[in-house]
Amino acid sequence: MNLLDLVIFLPAVAFLLLLLIPAASSRQAALALSIVIFLASLGLIGPVTANPAAYSFENNIPWIETPNIRYHTGIDGLSLWLIILSTLLTPLCVLISWNYISHRVKEFYAFLLLLEFGVVGVFAALDLFLFYVFWEVTLVPMYFLIGIWGHDRRIYATVKFFLYTMAGSVLMLAAILYLYTQGGTFDYTVLTKLLQEGRINLSHNAEIYLFLAFFIAFAIKVPLWPLHTWLPDAHVEAPTAGSVMLASVMLKMGCYGIVRFCLPMFPGAARELAPWIAGFALVGISVGALVAMVQPNMKKLVAYSSVSHLGFVVLGTFAFNQQGLDGAVYQMLNHGVSTGALFMLVGFLYERQHSLEIKAYGGVATVAPKLAVIFMITTLASIGLPLLNNFVGEFLVLQGAAIANFRWAVFAALGVIFSACYMLWMYQRTFLGKTPHDVEHHVTDINTRELVAVAPLVILMVWMGTAAGGFLNPISAANAKILEQSKARVEMRAANAR
Amino acid sequence: MPPPPPVPLVAYLTLSAILFVLGVAGFLIRKNLITMFMSIELMLNAVNLSFVSFSYHLKQTDGHLFTFFVMVVAAAEAAVGLAIILTVFKNRATLMVDEVDSLKL
Amino acid sequence: MHSLHSSQSLWLIPVLPLLGFLINGLLGKRLGKGAVSLVAVGTVAASFAWVLKCISALMPLEHSHIETYGTWIASGALNIPVELAIDRLTAVMLLVVTGIGSLIHIYATGYMSHEEGYERFFAYLNLFMFFMLTLVLANNYLLLFVGWEGVGLCSYLLIGFYYLKLSATNAGNKAFIVNRIGDFGFSLAMFLIFVHFGSLSFPAVFEKAKALSPESGFGWLTAICLLLLVGATGKSAQVPLYVWLPDAMEGPTPVSALIHAATMVTAGVYMVARSAALFVNAPIAMEVVAYVGLITAVLAATIGITQFDIKKVFAYSTVSQLGYMFLALGCGAFSAGIFHVVTHAFFKALLFLGAGSVIHALEGEQDIRHMGGLRSKIPVTFLTLACAWVAIAGVPPFSGFHSKDEILLAAHHHHPWMYWVGVITAGMTAFYVSRCMFMTFFGEYRGHHHPHESPWVMTGPLAVLAVLSLAGGYTHIPQFLEPVFPLKGGEHDSTLVAISVAAGLAGIALAWFLYVLSPETPKSIASALGGLYRAVYNKYYVDEVYYGTIVHPLVDGSKSILWKGLDAGIVDGAVNGAGTLARMIGGITRRFQTGNIRSYAAWVVLGSLLVLAAMTAMGGSSL
Repeated sequence: MNLLDLVIFLPAVAFLLLLLIPAASSRQAALALSIVIFLASLGLIGPVTANPAAYSFENNIPWIETPNIRYHTGIDGLSLWLIILSTLLTPLCVLISWNYISHRVKEFYAFLLLLEFGVVGVFAALDLFLFYVFWEVTLVPMYFLIGIWGHDRRIYATVKFFLYTMAGSVLMLAAILYLYTQGGTFDYTVLTKLLQEGRINLSHNAEIYLFLAFFIAFAIKVPLWPLHTWLPDAHVEAPTAGSVMLASVMLKMGCYGIVRFCLPMFPGAARELAPWIAGFALVGISVGALVAMVQPNMKKLVAYSSVSHLGFVVLGTFAFNQQGLDGAVYQMLNHGVSTGALFMLVGFLYERQHSLEIKAYGGVATVAPKLAVIFMITTLASIGLPLLNNFVGEFLVLQGAAIANFRWAVFAALGVIFSACYMLWMYQRTFLGKTPHDVEHHVTDINTRELVAVAPLVILMVWMGTAAGGFLNPISAANAKILEQSKARVEMRAANAR
Repeated sequence: MPPPPPVPLVAYLTLSAILFVLGVAGFLIRKNLITMFMSIELMLNAVNLSFVSFSYHLKQTDGHLFTFFVMVVAAAEAAVGLAIILTVFKNRATLMVDEVDSLKL
Repeated sequence: MHSLHSSQSLWLIPVLPLLGFLINGLLGKRLGKGAVSLVAVGTVAASFAWVLKCISALMPLEHSHIETYGTWIASGALNIPVELAIDRLTAVMLLVVTGIGSLIHIYATGYMSHEEGYERFFAYLNLFMFFMLTLVLANNYLLLFVGWEGVGLCSYLLIGFYYLKLSATNAGNKAFIVNRIGDFGFSLAMFLIFVHFGSLSFPAVFEKAKALSPESGFGWLTAICLLLLVGATGKSAQVPLYVWLPDAMEGPTPVSALIHAATMVTAGVYMVARSAALFVNAPIAMEVVAYVGLITAVLAATIGITQFDIKKVFAYSTVSQLGYMFLALGCGAFSAGIFHVVTHAFFKALLFLGAGSVIHALEGEQDIRHMGGLRSKIPVTFLTLACAWVAIAGVPPFSGFHSKDEILLAAHHHHPWMYWVGVITAGMTAFYVSRCMFMTFFGEYRGHHHPHESPWVMTGPLAVLAVLSLAGGYTHIPQFLEPVFPLKGGEHDSTLVAISVAAGLAGIALAWFLYVLSPETPKSIASALGGLYRAVYNKYYVDEVYYGTIVHPLVDGSKSILWKGLDAGIVDGAVNGAGTLARMIGGITRRFQTGNIRSYAAWVVLGSLLVLAAMTAMGGSSL
């Protein structure tokens, strides 16, 4: 039992505790528990950053003897910040749901913590079967978060979300089982090693199919265009906290899976299919941004902007160079921070005005100046203004793409132009100008609780944009190892072919 | 008086088949649950008959064994089945099987 | 190449205004106007003082003085340090930015004194100074880009300062988005630079660029330079991306003076001049720069002649003068371009601040048709504006004459016809500024306000700028910049100089004739020209063309084709279609689930009969 196991299982314990205590005090309890988990997770930073390329806090014990399933966990520079992001966002989500959730309060917070348990597990698991279990665990609470506390079309949205993701993960399960029949283990580190040394000798086609099985599961979660249509529906219908967790953390599971599993295990297939995947990513970047531009609904707009932003992540990943991959992973965190904040802010507006339509607002800056300033900063972060977080990620991704294929960078950079259009138009129509005559305002300025919830994210935007090194260097070290692994494998294959 | 010639196996099997078909027909045609239940018993007994006659013909005990199994199961089934039928009658005041179809979507 | 000098704490230059931004931005509401002004002006003035101190300590500054403060981004071979550098080019820009910036800050304390959001205004203005100073001090392309985007942001915020006005927020958005198109080019250029040079640091890139031989055809270096030019056309309002600058006049007048005349819009000129080592090896790109500059200069000047909004006239004038600077750059006369940046900063800042003083005097009136005869009513403003007038018209020996002269000579050296076009533009420039002056200050007063002279905090900076506009030509910028841009040995041809001066004087004389002696003539000329006049007055319908060919098709296409058609229709249609298909199949198969026991039994019988039949058909004996 080490600190990482504690961070993984504390949310599960908290989930059970919340079920036992009376509903009246569940908010306070959830907040206290999630803060404790966050503080505990901060302890992970030191040891991991000291040696970011290797797995720290590794724990490897048998879980089920037959078949050989192990409880194998550990984190490196790649997973560290994603775990911290998850544990940070959970207490913030508790805060923003304080008044928003008024019925079945206890269950809501319980599910929130169960979700945290799942996502932290996903980022820490090093056994494919264990990974799959955590992956599926996350589905359940999100299904209920949208299905119970969502808006009018919540059932449609939540079923769509569930089936879509399920369809992908079944493919992944099949691929995992196939790998087990070949290698006799579910252990990711062992399997990678066997694959690298050629002791599991996959045929060319087998590698492609296995890669695709994993990749499609992850691409649905990312979501990569054209597998994205569950996302706008899920976001629009989800309660604020659900949207925040979905955008900031759950989508990152897909991106993380691609980097962690697809690249090192099937490097040949990944390289072979990279032009196609980059093509989809580029279409996603532009189409997502253009569609976001014409959305009348704020949450849908942010959802489509996510499709666009996550296209950058995929593009950077498949540039197969240090800059692209670093940018991609950094962009995962950036998107988590800035889009999470955007969803929170849109949620604040919704709580006041009970509408997500942009035309139900106008001139909010006059009545809510502080909210307007915070929204502005978040908007600027989202459109990649320098000294704010997204810029670093976007720059690295585009630079990496330019090194791989300059045309990719040209098309991707177009998305940067469009992102300015849709965000600024939304900001203008919501916050600036005079209040239209047909709009009745109930908007008040941000209160202390909301400020406390969103402030950490605003601070992170500036921090990650200016002092990028502290965050980027561990990521870079872990990525260097992944690139090394996948490169070695490709070279060995080429040598064998000769 | 010489012992009568043994009844040929085919006679038992024919009887068993006739009984079975009667059971099936009864099950398919009758609408009263009790009658249908009796038809099921009839089918079971038809099968029992063929088991016993094969057992005698082949000089083996396996058939007898199965017959006892079937009888025990049939008894248990009768107990549970009749209980269910009673409950249905209590709730619906009818034993017409076509009217007991609330599982239908 | 580090100089021998010890650290000068260059970082203080941009950070001081940043401090002002933070104080005014976070505490401004509680501080009160006096303290806000003190912080805003004080930090910029302190920055100016620090610039002076650094430059005097570093003189003669033959080489660039570099200071490194750590690493910003490191990823593989890519390493972006936080590195500031100062050489003579930067020194000139620093002096202009902080010097003029200080003056305009002082002016603004008077101009904005009655406005809502006083502290917000100065916070933005200080933030602008921070980014602008970062831009000129940066020692690598990425840091320059930080400043570049940052000044764009401040421009957006300040154009939309009157955020209740729809036209103001629209203009802000337009500025930001058009600049984004430019930044698209700039960022792509940056990526190519890293791909080909392996670094983004100025010394490293330029060192390698020097070793290259000029490209005879279209190669990657030309591509880099053209992409940089795209960036510059956005920021410096050149054809085809100049459309945002006239709209940007929605911002308060000090903003127009500082950002949209004196400093930010010259960032493109600075950036091209800074990248001179790349451009000299890409002759095609150089030629394009010259053409872009010349076209912009002519186009904007013609529009300027027809406008009636005093700020719009000066805005088009700015676009036109920036075109001059690009012409200089394209002809290889980098130092002449920078020289014009400096003198233009003096006289154009003065023109805008003077216009602001006029507008202030007339309580917001901007239409010169409703002015006239103000000479006697606001004499200080008139006198100072007159200094800017003679400077921009190219009357010797005032500042505009010197820098324009350098540019025209370089143009003549490059292609003689470019000189002639430049001379005609100079005539037009003199004409429209004179027109504006005559309509504002001469004749009878046509408005209905009660003009009053501005307070000394506004007239003081005007006076300082007036002196600079008159004497600014004797700063010998090209000679000062010699270590950065070697002087070309072009002869001073007094005939050519005389012709351009004559063109300027002719422009003034024509304006005198048309707008003072016979004020009815312009109208008859306008009606005589008919369609041509209307086309020019409506800015050649460029905005309408952009909206019609780019913006509307993009928005409508996104809505009907990409969203409703592709995304909701095809992609989501396929997803929901898969769901519907599953439902349909279920709908058929569920008919077997009747809830009727006898039908189940019938299926069982049927099934067993089928099995029996199958077994028989397969030859029952084998069982």
